[in-house]
Amino acid sequence: MDRGDVLFLYRQMLLIRRFEEKSAEMYALTKIAGFLHLYIGEEAIAVGAIAALRSDDYAISAYRDHGHCLARGSDPGHVMAELFGKATGLCQGKGGSMHLVDAPRRFMGGYAIVGGHIPLATGLAFATKYQQLDLVTVCFFGEGAIPSGQAHEALNLAALWKLPVIFVCENNRYGMGTSAERAIALYADVAETARSYGIKAERVDGMDVLAVRDAMRKVVEQVRAGQGPVFIEAMTYRFMGHSMSDPAHGHYRTKEEVDEHRKRDPLLLLKQTILNNNLGAEADFIQLEREVGEAVTAAVRFADDSPFPAPSALYTDVMREE
Amino acid sequence: MVLSYREALNQAMREEMRRDSRIFLIGEEVGYYQGAFKVSKGFVEEFGPQRVVDTPITEAGFTGLAIGAAMAGLHPIVELMTMNFGIVALDQIVNNAAKIHYMSGGQLSVPLVIRGPGSAAHQLGAQHSQSLEAWFCHVPGLKVIAPATPHDAKGLLKSAIRDNNPVIFIEAQLLYGTKGDVKDGEYTIPIGVAEVKRTGRDVTIVAYSKMLLLALETADQLSREGIEVEVIDPRTLKPLDLSTIVASVKKTGRLVIVEEGWRFCGLGAQIAESVYAAAFDYLDAPIQRVTGEDVPMPYSRPLEDAAIPDKARVIEAVKSVCGIQ
Repeated sequence: MDRGDVLFLYRQMLLIRRFEEKSAEMYALTKIAGFLHLYIGEEAIAVGAIAALRSDDYAISAYRDHGHCLARGSDPGHVMAELFGKATGLCQGKGGSMHLVDAPRRFMGGYAIVGGHIPLATGLAFATKYQQLDLVTVCFFGEGAIPSGQAHEALNLAALWKLPVIFVCENNRYGMGTSAERAIALYADVAETARSYGIKAERVDGMDVLAVRDAMRKVVEQVRAGQGPVFIEAMTYRFMGHSMSDPAHGHYRTKEEVDEHRKRDPLLLLKQTILNNNLGAEADFIQLEREVGEAVTAAVRFADDSPFPAPSALYTDVMREE
Repeated sequence: MVLSYREALNQAMREEMRRDSRIFLIGEEVGYYQGAFKVSKGFVEEFGPQRVVDTPITEAGFTGLAIGAAMAGLHPIVELMTMNFGIVALDQIVNNAAKIHYMSGGQLSVPLVIRGPGSAAHQLGAQHSQSLEAWFCHVPGLKVIAPATPHDAKGLLKSAIRDNNPVIFIEAQLLYGTKGDVKDGEYTIPIGVAEVKRTGRDVTIVAYSKMLLLALETADQLSREGIEVEVIDPRTLKPLDLSTIVASVKKTGRLVIVEEGWRFCGLGAQIAESVYAAAFDYLDAPIQRVTGEDVPMPYSRPLEDAAIPDKARVIEAVKSVCGIQ
């Protein structure tokens, strides 16, 4: 463990946490509308997985995508402006919370049809193999996508053609308000689904950013070397509701259950590890809180100060012109 | 040079794949089987299985894969064994291919052709006989092409492959064996340009794909009765070249639209509305539409015949707009 590394991972998770807490406030103030699906509690997966990638590798996500986008290095101001629907947003206000895209950072988007982006990930991987590039594609999705036909079709193609793709299943135990055990035949071992297609699969503690990063580091090299796809089931828990319309524990789980999982908050776990290993002190965390707080405040200011898109933007980018 | 429609498509893809290594063909039976309708005959020998990719029977999966590959800089051609199976891939086509450029604020694009046979052939039953072009035309972000002749098929397929947007390219199954003159050498036909296939002074017929052949045949017969029909083939349904249609209607004063698709919310309704808006004062009679019947396609031959436009119905519509019994 390296002090710089672990403090960076903590900072990334803290940025996502504070950014999303601020997003929830902005939603309450109606500056953000539509659906807003928060990633709070799951930060260790995006941060740990993306820390194992090169800057030219591809990442793609579903509708709970703020964390992946920020972990990939997107500017928080441009992300917040997108949530505000402003012209300076990552997608000029045309994507919104569920469709963040940052192509220069190889963040290929958030997609809002469950299971529908998994074939896209196999296509990105197909392209890099076709182009004889040594890139990997990482595809994030919830366990709720596992029973979908498109997930199975994509897993089969990826295995059949040994595509350089890593499927990261963020198992937060609930697909909206339906627990995995009421939706998935193999809920006790979701990774078995991938193994049935001959894909190497393993389960990791998705609350432990170092465990996620280390598991990813190991498999990224295998996948980059052409050994075919890998499936990682990261066990996690979302501390908030499915979306802003859904209270934190909803009707489908108890407050006690949520509180139990909050004891394994990925930020607390890493902080404890850092302190236990003398890689940082309270002063470092106070400093990080200040820096991240300032960055999020600046992001909101940028989004607030930005203009809405001009009416003419309605008609641009329907088709690529050249 | 005289080529079949099938051979013209084969030439278009072959020439484009020789020109640009980013182009690959993917779909069921496109490789070793050489295409369910033999459009990719000889491809796997020339280009190899890396560029002529046989898939399992999973339209959503491989269409989605092609969209992802397009996002990463390749130019896929997806062959659907029939356009009916496009319904299985509709989530990918409508939610992803058509929207990614817009949702990303222009950051990503999807240069992709999805092609395959459409409409009824001979007694294929309800699930293999559909004319779904109106569905695709309805979705912003897609281009839709339905050529009727080998010459148009070749030139338009080359343009579709070179386009940086998702293009749905519909080949009527019964057209594959039809023959026609195809210009020698390299040529393309621009997307969005209709063609006057026959000039006439009395009535305009707009017809595309297989229905163009029906319209031309009917026009020849009507000519012997003294009615001179002008026949317009839009060739590309979206974008639609309205100005060529409107110019013809301003000349003839009468319009009949022939389409094989269902009447309700059909493409002809859109064309009629556009012509009313642009040239109402020039019309001497209400626009007539000859369409497929609003029923699932029956198997039985006489019932199938009754569900599809035929010469008698086109003649009746033309005579109706001319005020002749």
